[in-house]
Amino acid sequence: MASEAPQFEPKIVAFVCNWCTYTGADLAGTSRLQMAPNVRVVRLPCTGRIDPLFIVKAFERGADGVIVSGCHPADCHYTAGNYHARRRFAIFRDLLDFMGVDVRRITFSWVSASEGGKWRDVVNDTTARVKELGPFTEYQGLSDPWPPAPPPTGEGASSSQALGTP
Amino acid sequence: MNELRELARKLLGDGTVKVVIGYEEGPRGVRPAMITDPAQAERLVFDARCVHNLATYLNPRRPHLARLGKPAVVVKGCDARAVAGMIRESQVKREDVVIVGVRCGGVVRDPTMKAALAPETVSPRCGHCASREPKLFDHLLGALPPAPPRPAGDDPVARVEQMPLPERWAFWKEELSRCVRCHACREVCPMCFCAACVADKSRPQWIETSSTPRANLSWQLTRVMHMAGRCAGCGECTRACPSHIPLSLILAHVARHVERRFGYQVDDDPSIPAPIGAFKTDDSQEFIL
Repeated sequence: MASEAPQFEPKIVAFVCNWCTYTGADLAGTSRLQMAPNVRVVRLPCTGRIDPLFIVKAFERGADGVIVSGCHPADCHYTAGNYHARRRFAIFRDLLDFMGVDVRRITFSWVSASEGGKWRDVVNDTTARVKELGPFTEYQGLSDPWPPAPPPTGEGASSSQALGTP
Repeated sequence: MNELRELARKLLGDGTVKVVIGYEEGPRGVRPAMITDPAQAERLVFDARCVHNLATYLNPRRPHLARLGKPAVVVKGCDARAVAGMIRESQVKREDVVIVGVRCGGVVRDPTMKAALAPETVSPRCGHCASREPKLFDHLLGALPPAPPRPAGDDPVARVEQMPLPERWAFWKEELSRCVRCHACREVCPMCFCAACVADKSRPQWIETSSTPRANLSWQLTRVMHMAGRCAGCGECTRACPSHIPLSLILAHVARHVERRFGYQVDDDPSIPAPIGAFKTDDSQEFIL
């Protein structure tokens, strides 16, 4: 068997609302729609429950992309949760952009319980987009408390290199 | 200034208030002062060195000040926005505070500087100030001084906005790598009044307490999100920051974005609801599929 270079498979976390998108994703599954297997679904009561910190935490823990999805406007199970979320994410998306995060890694969408096909498209589009962007090494590399020390020079340099300590 | 001392003496003398929160001359420039004795009202000063946002002393996180009794607080136009914010969010009752507004001609960057205003010394927030006269007050003092000079140099927020994305990331990574997570930006802020902060939560720990660039970014993203549409723009977080991180840039950028998007400017009218916590059914949603 010819060995191929391992292709980058992005980790994508989807924060979805219980009432629309989760049910829509369920419909996509029961309808046997084929879609990229890169998405991990986190079910929440409502998009209004999704704190921007969830997205930050997902990136911190190694996600390469994030999907946030819930009920269409006027369809919220709790009447107004998605309207609040819409304002919040309009600001948060712009804030991330200002801080230098590529917002193409985050997809916001409204997917209703009957839109299994739309969910498939959201998943496939996001996966393809993030695949193209590559791993989110910028964010994941932030976990190092200090920038790597410059390579040692002069006396004792070789011994410390041999020990693997910077 | 005499007007201010006169008023403080009167308010304390007739028992309207128990403490006047104002400014006094300190060993290193001007500093906040809590005057409880009418005879001490002479200590009060007001000039271009009065940088501090005294509204922060009304913050319910400071119960030791509340124990002194009903306060009167000296506010500039920008500080009045913070008082209005606390009234809007039910942290302070309007009738529980006497607001002494002062007409302001701009302040310097640091209270230890000389009171002379020049493009190099003027606080960046004063450059385009449209609220040198507070609209929320019980007493309004002084005559309106001439407008402050524009700060030297170009607009720093626009400069960061115009950077290409990777450069912006590198810029903030570098700036935030200096953060020591002392949370002075939170402590000094009049609008940060949660009894328990998410940054102090350990189970689950949403924001790491160590000062790694990753945790620092989490912290600032969270803080700024909580400030969106609420920040009075007083710049105290930047002044309090021991690592000189330009936090005001982020807050100013978000404030501009909120204004562009929702047509909302933080104002000193407590009856106007803030954009987060309110919504319109036809808010634009071009970024949502």
